[in-house]
Amino acid sequence: MAIYQSGVIFENVDTKNPDCWTLDSYLNRGGYTALKKILNEKITQESIIADMKTSGLRGRGGAGFPTGLKWSFMPRTLEGQKYIVCNSDEGEPGTFKDRDIMAFNPHSLIEGMIIAGYSISASVGYNYIHGEIFEIYERFEAALSEAREAGFLGKDIQGSGFDFELYAHHGYGAYICGEETALLDSLEGKKGQPRFKPPFPASYGLYGRPTTINNTESLASVPFILRDGAQVFQDKGVPNGGGTKLFSVSGHVNRPGNYEIPLGTPFTKLLEMAGGMRDGKKLKAVIPGGSSAPLLPASIMLECNMDFDSIAKAGSMLGSGGVIIMNEDVCMVKALERLAYFYHEESCGQCTPCREGTGWLYEIIHRIENGEGRINDLELLDSIGNQMAGRTICALADAAVFPVRSFIKHFRDEFEYHIEHKKCMVSHKWC
Amino acid sequence: MIEFELDGKQVSAPAGSNILEVALKEGRYIPHFCYHKKLSIAANCRMCLVEVEKAPKPMPACATPVTEGMKIKTCSKLAVEAQKGVMEFLLINHPLDCPICDQGGECQLQDLAIGYGRSKSRFEEEKRAVTNKDLGSLVSTEMTRCIHCSRCVRFTEEIAGFQELGMSYRNNHVEVMPFIGKTVNSELSGNIIDVCPVGALLSKPFKNKYRNWELSRRKSIAPHDGLGSNIIVQVDKYHKVARVLPLENEEINECWISDRDRFSYEGLYHDERNTTPMIKQDGKWINTDWETAILYAAKSINGVKEDHGSDSIGVLASNISTTEELYLLQKLMRSIDVVNLDSRLAQSDFSLDGKISGTLSLGGKVADLVNSKSILLIGSLLREEQPLIASKIRTGVKKNIELNVINVLKEDLLCDVKNQLVVDPREIVYTLAQVAKAAGVNLPSLNLDTVQISDEASNIAGSLAKGDGYIVLGNIAKSLPDYSKVLVLADAIAKITKARFGQFADLANEVGASLVNFVPYKLDSKLGLNAMQMLQEPRRAYVLLNTELEYDAYNSMQALAALKKADTVVVLSPFISEEMKNYADVILPITPFTETAGSYINMEGRWQKFNGVTRPLGDSKPGWKVLRVLANNLNLAGFDYNNIEEVRSELVELNNPKLLELQILTHTFSVTKPEIDSLVRFGIQRIYYGDSITRRAYSLQQTVYAKLPNLMLNPKLAIKLKLRAGEKINLEQLNVNKELPEATLCDKLPESVILVSAKVAAMAGRFDEIKVNA
Repeated sequence: MAIYQSGVIFENVDTKNPDCWTLDSYLNRGGYTALKKILNEKITQESIIADMKTSGLRGRGGAGFPTGLKWSFMPRTLEGQKYIVCNSDEGEPGTFKDRDIMAFNPHSLIEGMIIAGYSISASVGYNYIHGEIFEIYERFEAALSEAREAGFLGKDIQGSGFDFELYAHHGYGAYICGEETALLDSLEGKKGQPRFKPPFPASYGLYGRPTTINNTESLASVPFILRDGAQVFQDKGVPNGGGTKLFSVSGHVNRPGNYEIPLGTPFTKLLEMAGGMRDGKKLKAVIPGGSSAPLLPASIMLECNMDFDSIAKAGSMLGSGGVIIMNEDVCMVKALERLAYFYHEESCGQCTPCREGTGWLYEIIHRIENGEGRINDLELLDSIGNQMAGRTICALADAAVFPVRSFIKHFRDEFEYHIEHKKCMVSHKWC
Repeated sequence: MIEFELDGKQVSAPAGSNILEVALKEGRYIPHFCYHKKLSIAANCRMCLVEVEKAPKPMPACATPVTEGMKIKTCSKLAVEAQKGVMEFLLINHPLDCPICDQGGECQLQDLAIGYGRSKSRFEEEKRAVTNKDLGSLVSTEMTRCIHCSRCVRFTEEIAGFQELGMSYRNNHVEVMPFIGKTVNSELSGNIIDVCPVGALLSKPFKNKYRNWELSRRKSIAPHDGLGSNIIVQVDKYHKVARVLPLENEEINECWISDRDRFSYEGLYHDERNTTPMIKQDGKWINTDWETAILYAAKSINGVKEDHGSDSIGVLASNISTTEELYLLQKLMRSIDVVNLDSRLAQSDFSLDGKISGTLSLGGKVADLVNSKSILLIGSLLREEQPLIASKIRTGVKKNIELNVINVLKEDLLCDVKNQLVVDPREIVYTLAQVAKAAGVNLPSLNLDTVQISDEASNIAGSLAKGDGYIVLGNIAKSLPDYSKVLVLADAIAKITKARFGQFADLANEVGASLVNFVPYKLDSKLGLNAMQMLQEPRRAYVLLNTELEYDAYNSMQALAALKKADTVVVLSPFISEEMKNYADVILPITPFTETAGSYINMEGRWQKFNGVTRPLGDSKPGWKVLRVLANNLNLAGFDYNNIEEVRSELVELNNPKLLELQILTHTFSVTKPEIDSLVRFGIQRIYYGDSITRRAYSLQQTVYAKLPNLMLNPKLAIKLKLRAGEKINLEQLNVNKELPEATLCDKLPESVILVSAKVAAMAGRFDEIKVNA
């Protein structure tokens, strides 16, 4: 399934070769040269962080926060334990990029984490891997043992005096554990629930110690930036967002898969790379950044470039880069019902608006889908959404509301038709 | 201080305060559920959302610290709309059946729903239902009503010390539940009923009996431990106590009370509550009137005095008695030259009597104890003796207290204990002597030459030497046969380390009894007999106030024998039992603390007056009135009190902090390592068996605590004795055999002791030798 453009993380990675993930293969591709250079030349933390800022790398987990800036928030000189945590709890529907990084190029992540640990004075790192991808967890553990054996992890790495140990942690599959503070709680052995912020993890993170949490793709991009140069990375993308980005294209296309393309690439080009629409059907709508991002209808999407700013301008988010393509046969009510069900299931239940609201949203949409919709249901959905969004500790409530708002905004007629005629406006197999 | 604007008013508050705190202080109410001033901030109910200028969305007031120049609007359109939104969410799955909910009328959700709820629900789907949980005999659940504020969860974790409740599952299927198959067993569990803002957690004994608005609320003081927790007693229109709630007092119990203080009221109406004066004639009990009974009692006392002299009368009282009762009883007895007065019923070593000036109290405020840096706790089952102080110490340990313990049982204190020494009771003095020697105690009166200092002992001394220490003795220490040595050594360590020093009081009025001179060694020219001697050398007559010696006395076997042998036994007690009928001759039904005015002096020396919260049950009378009339019948002068204030006026001078200053005069002894070659009884008073009221409190007696085994021994000792868990065991003390069922094995005990709780009546000394017969 996976088809890649050459870019940053997957540059020269032959995913068809079963040994592409190994240390040997990685070293042949120039792996660990960035780390060795840093350790040999004793490059300062400040200079690495400056490079990270120059690179324009924005967090690839969904929020798009500049990675260099995040690293600079760490109180590096504070005494005591500090942590670097990688968020590989990739649970966003429509997103499946991090698993491929760990499957085909795990050492890029390991190297990135070691460099991150070096830059923020953390001697311990954790990689929190999503609960449902067992084989990926095992692959990552295998890569870790290789790295340990080769002396890239452990005490006195490459004779530099820098100690760093990295552990993989297998989650249990809760979507909410992808929220960074819930991830920390889960890592500590508690029930994964987002913490109230402030304090932010940079001051009070894992076990109450300063912690930096980055997405897998962000960390895996670090070796490239420090090896080939921050400006090279920046130049691959657009001014307000450097580098390439992995897009997980799914839905009604001929070649679904992960595509590593420069930020700013037109959506039409991405669609073309993915083999175009399946069975020659018409594009109806796209969720451009994982299920939490608002849906955009085809007309808007076809004008968009795939970068943070243009998608935001179009009224959605680049998010985690999960591009969900829907063709003309999709019933928007059914699609929304499915999404609402997901958010209802995955709400941690901590904050009242989300705990109660996600369930209520789902029940109303479920009712509409099943021909029991009422005339004022759309107003009710809107009102419930307004009472949820921005009223909770984490952004899950917002993520649950975005699809509802955007689906109804762009396809209100379908919903009204459903309520009025108690059936779908479009004919399709799965409704 | 930070200056900011709250609803258009300029306000200042210390840095770090949150909006909700400040608003409440300023009299601006912000609706909230999950926020509780004594618990950590969860910010999950979202009810306290307020508008903060320049913030993109409404902020939770409980979790948002105030900042300079902040402009907060607690009831702007945005804030109220957010609050109303949350209220709608809270109500969609909450049953709207307040009229049949036990919390109705005192429910925060109900109250706030009036202001923030819609008049008609927009939610027309099926409501969620949640199965109830079995949390034990004290707390009842209606989990469908839960709004998931997590206060109870945080309470068990942060205040009770062990997280017995948790949130399981996700989304709107979240449930608060205990560990599977477990109940909530904390000694503070009842407080989760108070913190629950809705009717999800309810008092099991109170449930479905009353509506809150039918009950009057009256202040009182809890009598079951030495803290003197302030309580609200709710009384129904038939003058019956319906339930007990905490009354906030930041210096004492904050807003909590122990389960013992909360649920003991059930004991007030036990079948054994006696409200009729009774006398025994020709071996038969007859009910009579007060006049006859008091006259009978007066005559009996007088008769014994005439025939055998004042010294043949012994007077024993429980420390649950009020100050006024104790004062009047000793005044009465001293008027007829009786000086055999004692309330230290479980004590066995009185060698410091007459060598002490001042009063044995905590030696400071509870606040001093919990704000110290290092505590040495000697011989105390802290969680059972002083549940709330245990909680306060736990909180202190989380901050910076180093807690050191010398005890006979390895108690799980639910916090970090720096040094915990578990020794045979006969070794406590030697252990303490090691600490003393390590701390550098060098007094001519103390010979510690042969004492070898262990590492733990020097660690404890080191911990205390850091300064700001506190040494406290508990009930176990007070019962030890070498209690006086423990006191002297502890005092010496305290002096050299500049620590404070004192002891916990077992019941409400231990300090009070000493202050009103209800002891045989003050005031009088000669020493009277102490509690032990009075029973060891049987008297002709006994007067007992509020006590059941078969459970309260150090040597209950001896106590019962002495009482049965006596010519006359006058009992003043709210309760009657079969055992009491055997030994007593007159039973005067006085009232418990709820039905009399009085005062208790807590372990700090704090005087707390209270009124009767309800009228005396049946024909019973307040103790102070009975004693007044008894004195009149004995033709004694100075007893013409018209009200309790006149009694209190004679006590005013005793309310003097100088009287609490403890001085132990020189007491010479040497300490050597004891040879442990025999078994000793370890007799403790269990948490819900310390006084006549708690013993009869039904729900408390059903708890896991109450069902702790009365007989326990170390598994290694069991192997030596060829005993298996659950087997019968034949114990012998003072040549008397007693067969007890079910030995329980417990590796938290030393190998040379057998724990037999004081609940097992008619055993010999609590810390005397014991034999096991095959």
